[in-house]
Amino acid sequence: MAKLILNRLSKTFETGGRPAVNDVSLEVRDGGFLALLGPSGCGKTTVLRMIAGFEQPTDGSILLGDRVLADASEMVAPEHRNMAMVFQSYALWPHMSVADNVGYPLKVRGISGEKRAKKVKEALNAVRLEAYADRRPADLSGGQRQRVALARCLVTEPDVVLLDEPLANLDRHLRQEMEETFREFHARSGATMIYVTHDQAEAMALATDVAVMSEGKLLQVASPQEIYARPEGRLVGGLVGQGAILKWPAAPLPNRLVDWEMLQQSLSHTNGQDCADILVRPQDVEIAAEGMLATVTSVLFEGERYALKLALGDEQNLRAFSRQPVQVGDKVSIIIRSAWRL
Amino acid sequence: MFRSQNRGNSQPRWLFSFVIVVIFFLSVLPLGRLAMTGFSSLFDGGARALLSDPVVWQAVYDTLTTSFLGMIAAVILGGGFALLLTLFNVRGKTALGFLFMLPTMIPPQVTALSWIGMTGPSSALLKAIGLAPPMGSPQPLYSIGGIALLYGVQNAPLVFLSLRAGLLALPRDGVEAARLSGASSWQVLKDIILPLSLPGFVAGAAIAFVSCVGNFGIPAILGIPASIYTLPTLIYTKFAAFGPGTFADVSLLSGLIAILSVIGLTVEERVLRGRDYRVIGLSGQVAMFKLGHWRLLGELVLWLAIFITLVMPLTALVASSLAPAYGVPLNASTATLDAYREVLFKQTITRTAFFNSVTLSLTTAIGLLVVTVLTGYYLVRSKSRLAPVLSALAEIPYALPGIVLAVALILVFAAPIPIIGISIYGTIWIILVAYFSSFFAVSLKPVVSAFRQLDPSLEEAARLSGAGFGRRLIDIVVPLVAPAAGASVILVFLIACNELTVSAILWSAGTQTLGVAIYNLDDSGSFNLAAALSVLVVIMVIAMMLVLELMAKRLPKGVVPWRS
Repeated sequence: MAKLILNRLSKTFETGGRPAVNDVSLEVRDGGFLALLGPSGCGKTTVLRMIAGFEQPTDGSILLGDRVLADASEMVAPEHRNMAMVFQSYALWPHMSVADNVGYPLKVRGISGEKRAKKVKEALNAVRLEAYADRRPADLSGGQRQRVALARCLVTEPDVVLLDEPLANLDRHLRQEMEETFREFHARSGATMIYVTHDQAEAMALATDVAVMSEGKLLQVASPQEIYARPEGRLVGGLVGQGAILKWPAAPLPNRLVDWEMLQQSLSHTNGQDCADILVRPQDVEIAAEGMLATVTSVLFEGERYALKLALGDEQNLRAFSRQPVQVGDKVSIIIRSAWRL
Repeated sequence: MFRSQNRGNSQPRWLFSFVIVVIFFLSVLPLGRLAMTGFSSLFDGGARALLSDPVVWQAVYDTLTTSFLGMIAAVILGGGFALLLTLFNVRGKTALGFLFMLPTMIPPQVTALSWIGMTGPSSALLKAIGLAPPMGSPQPLYSIGGIALLYGVQNAPLVFLSLRAGLLALPRDGVEAARLSGASSWQVLKDIILPLSLPGFVAGAAIAFVSCVGNFGIPAILGIPASIYTLPTLIYTKFAAFGPGTFADVSLLSGLIAILSVIGLTVEERVLRGRDYRVIGLSGQVAMFKLGHWRLLGELVLWLAIFITLVMPLTALVASSLAPAYGVPLNASTATLDAYREVLFKQTITRTAFFNSVTLSLTTAIGLLVVTVLTGYYLVRSKSRLAPVLSALAEIPYALPGIVLAVALILVFAAPIPIIGISIYGTIWIILVAYFSSFFAVSLKPVVSAFRQLDPSLEEAARLSGAGFGRRLIDIVVPLVAPAAGASVILVFLIACNELTVSAILWSAGTQTLGVAIYNLDDSGSFNLAAALSVLVVIMVIAMMLVLELMAKRLPKGVVPWRS
């Protein structure tokens, strides 16, 4: 096994328009769990399909260790890549039993009899579906089908496992359970995993690394903690966490992580010209005396607290939490304890 | 660049070449050859001689009159049936629909024979009930009107299907909104439904017209005895009186048929542009109008139509087959199964015909399936801009009347095949080639619809499992399209087995098909034998249609032609 390298990868479809994937470079370490995060249409699925070999890059290359999997002129067919994929639709073959579905990659590799049966049984055990081996996919629930698809990935010890929004079709409760299964699967198999999702919470919870994409471009790659604490640019800042982005007079902001004192200072030194985007997370907004005034525009009761939307004097919006009930239209005084300059 | 694109696709490189070769030989080559001969004879003297022949213009005139009148009859019958059956709460819709669709699957020469058995002075049925006109009075169907009437009966199902598809796609909320605006049932029908279903009417009429222009069985049996020739029967007689100018003449005549057909098909394509039949069938299944105490009358009208167009002619056919000889009155003591014994066990001609038709049809149905699975796979999966063009080329041979294709193939194969130097003209092989070409589209359609419904990720998962193209095809793709493939085999078999037009031109001694045998038996005066053979054919048709009907639930929409 080796690390997966995407080198200045680009893809333009024949139908024209802007490139679906534009100059993406990325390294996934061996055994890493990378989440590709982005809004729909950002090119993340195209990247995944290029790694699988269903699409060919129009520029750049994909390497596994020092083996070139694909570039603009040559490519290794998907059937020779030793990869596995969990599809959004699960892609279970309806005419085969669960055990046949799971055992198919082994059958194709010429493994038969006892050896295949044993491996299939192990894989089904790992996803706790041993009792369902003879069922048809149509007789299973959504979560069970998902686990069959996962067992099919497990059975051949692939170099890379690709997951294309695998939780998109499941309800909330099943999602949590499946997230657990994926983590377990990653720990057990040690395979490099690439997980495409548009759900930032899912990406944070599962991955060891998160890559954020937008409009075909790679914006930032970092650990979930890093991405959350130190996002780069408006797009990543807006995508990760529930923060609000404010325009703030920029001149005297020396650090990127700023506190209330610095924010106030820059307000008083404003020349009205240079502005910077700052990201303010709701938990860093405190309702306290001697702050700046804001008007409550919406209140949502979440059980343990109230989630507020606030409008600042200059029409900018901010989110905050409150333990005390407030009314829409109330004027409150707020202090921004901490903000991140994007 | 080309090479790399193929690598990215799921298809092996040879598939594209395979599809090109198939389409070239089944569609481009014969039609191109026909066009070439047609054009070259246009520019030498032969064309002038042919086009100044009044017989040709009479045939064109008769073709147009019969087809136009036939189209009107088909629109009245099929349109009325579709409106009544789809929009109103009559009972027994499935049975009525199935029975109404039957005539279109019954070979036209059988339709003609059964109607002859129902009318005229020698009708066994009329004699049995004592209503036969006196001997010597003319057979009323041997006329322009008779041909047109039978065209109408035969092609009414085409109008029915086209209109019904349109009606089922009508937005129900649009109708309900009109109701809420205060419109009466009649106003809704007049102001909303009829205008919206006009494209279905026009398209159905256009296909019916094309089908009439190319029909051979009906004018051959009804027209030739009365010296009425349509273009297809004129071509047939030109071949019968073979001469030096025959090839040039028939290619021009086929060109005329092709032009008339293309006009009709263009009209159809225009009015249906942008309408996708695959998404249809969800709305409007529920009757829109309640008939109240008129319901019984409506049902009576529908069953009466079935009785006149289907039950009576078929009863007459059975009666004719049981009569000991043409014109002998039929009753319990004279009824005999001799005719069946004769066609099944004694006559070598009919037994050869059975054998030929069944072997040809089976070979065509199964052989074509192999070709169409590969071709369909390419057409659906390929992102190439060529795919829609190839798709259209594959459709043409079936869309054009069979006689055009038969003439085209004769032109291609009249001389020995280059390089190998063997001539297949006059052998059974030329009929087989013609069937492959003619029914390619019939076989392709169910397979393509099944591929369209197949989630591509099912195949992608197999690729990542390590399965190459052949392996995926056998393990994943073919099992998943199996029901549609089965339907494709039955459909092709059904249509090929009943076909007359192509083999009437291409047969020679020993290679006659069922269609040809029926026609020849009637032509030589053995009406009861022709009727017996026809009865057997009709039984076969009904049996296969029932099999398809039972399979219909497991098939993609649009595969079974009489269901929508």
